[in-house]
Amino acid sequence: MSLSLISRIFGEKKKTTAAIAKERLGLIITHEGGHSGRPGINLKALQQELIDVISKYVPINKDDVKVELEKNANLEVLEVSITIPEAQPKTA
Amino acid sequence: MSKVVVITSGKGGVGKTTTSAAIASGLALRGHKTAVIDFDVGLRNLDLIMGCERRVVYDFVNVIQGDARLSQALIKDKQCENLYILPASQTRDKDALTEEGVEEVIDQLRQMDFEFIVCDSPAGIEHGAVMALTFADEAIITTNPEVSSVRDSDRIIGILQSKSRRAQNGEEPVVEHLLITRYSPRRVAEGEMLSYKDVQELLRIPLIGVIPESEAVLQASNQGMPAIHLKGSDVAEAYSDVVARFLEEGSREEALAKRPLRFVDYAKPGLIQRIFGGK
Ligand SMILES: Nc1ncnc2c1ncn2[C@@H]1O[C@H](COP(=O)(O)OP(=O)(O)OP(=O)(O)O)[C@@H](O)[C@H]1O
Ligand SMILES: [Mg+2]
Repeated sequence: MSLSLISRIFGEKKKTTAAIAKERLGLIITHEGGHSGRPGINLKALQQELIDVISKYVPINKDDVKVELEKNANLEVLEVSITIPEAQPKTA
Repeated sequence: MSKVVVITSGKGGVGKTTTSAAIASGLALRGHKTAVIDFDVGLRNLDLIMGCERRVVYDFVNVIQGDARLSQALIKDKQCENLYILPASQTRDKDALTEEGVEEVIDQLRQMDFEFIVCDSPAGIEHGAVMALTFADEAIITTNPEVSSVRDSDRIIGILQSKSRRAQNGEEPVVEHLLITRYSPRRVAEGEMLSYKDVQELLRIPLIGVIPESEAVLQASNQGMPAIHLKGSDVAEAYSDVVARFLEEGSREEALAKRPLRFVDYAKPGLIQRIFGGK
């Protein structure tokens, strides 16, 4: 009781019913797999993570990592291409 | 070249017929020769929403069965020059819509130089709904921001991607558009309703517009006047935006940037408004 009073005073946010609906749908929609070949890959996030990992080893620019999803009749191809910039020639 | 556009949803009562009438009228208002077909065999309603129910003589099934010519069954809209309605039949025989029959009618409409053929799908995922989407080039997935409607839209997208002619023939897939209808910005702001962004994230098809929940829709249907004709109402404006984006060449992002969503934000009433009870 005291806890709920504190959370009320400090305005701790209760999950809205809309947020609950979204969470529930998120689970069934991916599970029902009605969409043949629509796994819903978050390409932006994937690209960012790839950039982060590769940057640990080679300095690259954001544009050097390309992530594309190509759809054909019954398969999808996830194409990742990473261009590594040529090492800058050292000026003597 | 004619374009076949299906208005579909899976779930019933989400606003497909309201949307079919509004979009078909909007396309015609912009000068495009358009036909709108009611695929809801046994539960014809589009004629009422278009206000032509007393002029129905022959219907879709009569044409398929050879009892009438297409030109005899098409009803010219009373408000738009370029618009024709093909009413559904009231027969209870659901199999009256054969695939060959539907194809034949659509081919004839193409030959008659209709630019757009709008197909008002019945609810469900059975024969009637499949017939409505079989020949589609584009699909407007009508969805309410509500759990069962979102799930059913997901199902119908799957069917579109497997049963449409385009999918079956391995051609370019049907172009999908997400239309969210009966949207209440206030309830979204209060956390009671999924936002359009939530729905779009879940279904992952490009958004073409958001139609607000509005009392004007009932006013329009009472009179047999497609909602897009209700001058100055939010729904009419929102549907006009959808038609404009639909006709836009280029990507959906560009169309949305050029014509941003309207009626999606909720302005909290200020203190003064609250005291004096402004609307
Ligand atoms: N934007 C809106 N605001 C308020 N009411 C709406 C809106 N859109 C549709 N409605 C109402 O919702 C009800 C169902 O609409 P409509 O008949 O267009 O749905 P439907 O998807 O065609 O239904 P069915 O699946 O039975 O064919 C109608 O009473 C209509 O007036
Ligand atoms: Mg309907």
